[in-house]
Amino acid sequence: MAQAAIELIGINKSFGAVRANRDINLEIARGTIHGIVGENGAGKSTLMSILYGFYQADSGEIRVGGQPASIKTPNDAIALGIGMVHQHFMLVDNFSVLENIILGAESDALLKRSIAKARSELERLEREYGLEVDPDAIIEELPVGLQQRVEILKALYRGAEILILDEPTGVLTPAEADHLFRILRQLKEQGKTVVLITHKLREIMAITDTVSVMRQGTMVATRETKKTTVEELAELMVGRRVLLRVEKGEADAGAVKLAVKNLTVKDTRGVTMVDDISFEIRAGEIVGIAGVAGNGQSELLEAISGIRHAVSGSVMLDGKPIDLTGAADPGELRDRGLAHVPEDRHHVGLVLAFEENENSILGYHDDPRYLKGPFLNIDAIRNDAKDKIAKYDVRPADCRLKTANFSGGNQQKIVLAREMEQDPGVLIVGQPTRGVDVGAIEFIHKRLIAMRDQGKAVLVVSVELDEIRSLSDRILVMFAGRIVGERGPEATEGELGLLMAGVEHQEAAQ
Amino acid sequence: MDVFNAIVQTLDSTIRLSVPLLLACLAGLYSERAGIFDIGLEGKMLVGAFAGAAAASVFHSAFLGLGMAILISVAFAMVHGFASITHRGNQIVSGVAINFVAAGSTIILGQAWFQQGGRTPALQPGERFEAITLPGADAIHDVPIIGPIYAELLSGHSILVYLAFLMVPFTWWVLFRTRFGLRLRAVGENPAAVDTAGISVAWLRYRALICTGVLTGIAGAYLSMVQNGGFVKDMTAGKGYIALAALIFAKWKPVNAMFACLLFGFLDAAAIRLQGSPLPIIGKVPVQFMQALPYILTVILLAGFIGKAIPPRAGGVPYVKER
Repeated sequence: MAQAAIELIGINKSFGAVRANRDINLEIARGTIHGIVGENGAGKSTLMSILYGFYQADSGEIRVGGQPASIKTPNDAIALGIGMVHQHFMLVDNFSVLENIILGAESDALLKRSIAKARSELERLEREYGLEVDPDAIIEELPVGLQQRVEILKALYRGAEILILDEPTGVLTPAEADHLFRILRQLKEQGKTVVLITHKLREIMAITDTVSVMRQGTMVATRETKKTTVEELAELMVGRRVLLRVEKGEADAGAVKLAVKNLTVKDTRGVTMVDDISFEIRAGEIVGIAGVAGNGQSELLEAISGIRHAVSGSVMLDGKPIDLTGAADPGELRDRGLAHVPEDRHHVGLVLAFEENENSILGYHDDPRYLKGPFLNIDAIRNDAKDKIAKYDVRPADCRLKTANFSGGNQQKIVLAREMEQDPGVLIVGQPTRGVDVGAIEFIHKRLIAMRDQGKAVLVVSVELDEIRSLSDRILVMFAGRIVGERGPEATEGELGLLMAGVEHQEAAQ
Repeated sequence: MDVFNAIVQTLDSTIRLSVPLLLACLAGLYSERAGIFDIGLEGKMLVGAFAGAAAASVFHSAFLGLGMAILISVAFAMVHGFASITHRGNQIVSGVAINFVAAGSTIILGQAWFQQGGRTPALQPGERFEAITLPGADAIHDVPIIGPIYAELLSGHSILVYLAFLMVPFTWWVLFRTRFGLRLRAVGENPAAVDTAGISVAWLRYRALICTGVLTGIAGAYLSMVQNGGFVKDMTAGKGYIALAALIFAKWKPVNAMFACLLFGFLDAAAIRLQGSPLPIIGKVPVQFMQALPYILTVILLAGFIGKAIPPRAGGVPYVKER
């Protein structure tokens, strides 16, 4: 076995009563790609933040290259050759690539010399690792894939030998993710050590040499990637057997429930985001819309649910039109049987400062079930919330808890419970499992399929291809505001990925 | 020739009137570029004006007065920093509090120390900053056109006036050509990026506030030791707020800030000049209207004539390290 680049021995870290890391032991071999998987809140990010000097461990020892190391600030970590690519990029959006790269690592009090030095160093890094990027480009004008490359270059410029990547593929298209993996393999060939934090098991299998699994703050297992399987890792992560692809029967599609015709939507700047889109959803089927984030899916969802003004086109719900002027009454749409689980649960779906039971009736508060004369019937609301909590396994099971104190996955369950339990005819769901753990994903997928089997029409918009493929009876791919293809659930990932990247679309245009 | 002289004189007072605005505006530029909103420019100018005039009068030294103005103003800036950086308090509330404390304490201390109804004693020669005559100004004073422009407009100001205008290219150079400036701009846009790059967000923001304090101190000293021969209560009269408006108008850029402040200074000068004299077509305009003009224009300009002003993205948000 190669010499260890990093050894963590008996690391403990608590935040108040929460023990984020307990007695973690981990050894990462030099020149390998080491994956760390675990559900949200399993303590992966905390552990890496300790390694990067963002937090101090309560106890335990860190060794870098065999030597005991004291890492109190990110500066210490950088000096030891540890670089980190954060999940949310740590870039200054209106700075150039070069300015971002030298920030904090300037060679001189004057910028001119620092920039000149960085420019030549950047050329060398580009040659060595194939990391091409225009040094004078402004960050906010670059696609996310390139922004991430700047983050990697930033770490390499600081002389990183060990590169930690936190959920690096969350924002990337499949093609960009593949490119990232090529870069990581190249870094490995050059002798760098890569630590990859993710909850996507497929990526772990594709690229890592070794994988460690965390669960509830503890390190439960370390495996050689070649000798493990996705099923085993999922079981280790969740602590029980998990169905990665929910079983479902053939769809029994009935009458058209929702018909979208020639819908065009512009954003506030007047840019066309949804461009002349038409499709139908029938009772008893799930239609999935795949696409890279920002290709008009959000605007499409908002227009259908009556939140956003549509320039032209029509949307028919059970044969009757929906008001598309942006002034539709959401309450009326709910009465007509249209339920909407918004993409952004924090800003649109929930009031985080409310108690759970208040959120669980939000928008349905005029329902006589929850009223006693002109007043809210608090007992009825709380009992109703308790029922939903039990049925959807929301944790902690406390309907009086402030919603902000639930984890992302449980918040999502609160929204889903609210919308699904109204027994709508049409359910529109944006990003059903964004930020949700493997175990909860399985549950949410099962519920959505149960809705379908009860004869509801379900529209799912997701940037997760696996999710779209596993749920949908029909898959529509959106690119640049248009539907560029329709495929069945058997479509391969590569095929959909090309459509999502607009490849066929562009070829057809030429 | 009368018209020409009138124009030169108006422009001359434009320069004099825009100096405190310019210094305060650049002061605000340092803190806001670093992500700290500073509505307390007004208060810091006021304590600077008071401390400067009081110290100059007691120690009979203009430079000691300036030094004290800067010191006290920086101290107030540090209070703002302590509240809004160290304790992550609301920056607007902290700034407003500083304005109130400044307005009250200057009057109370002034009355307690000098017993002149909140005023400081009138400054004697040597306790004020005197006008500097540039070389050759007297010699070419009578040359047509160039003479008055050089002798009246450019020459004959106090050293603080020249300092204020020199601060414009200097601030630009600091912001865009030095490591400190790069980090300062970065911390106002994305403090997390600065933190993960191994730089202390708090220390960087404190340093930006020191720059702010120094400049508001000079602005205050200018008011009480150059424009006026002593401190008068509430003598800043909203200049700190006008400077903030100018800062937004200038889109947080130093050279723009200079032009914005000159514009506001010019309006002020024109208002004074035109008081009581009838305008063509319109006739006689009430004094009050002329006095209100700069403020009316501020509202109009800010309401829509400047296009989209994008403030530093992290402005007003205390930095909390979170993962």
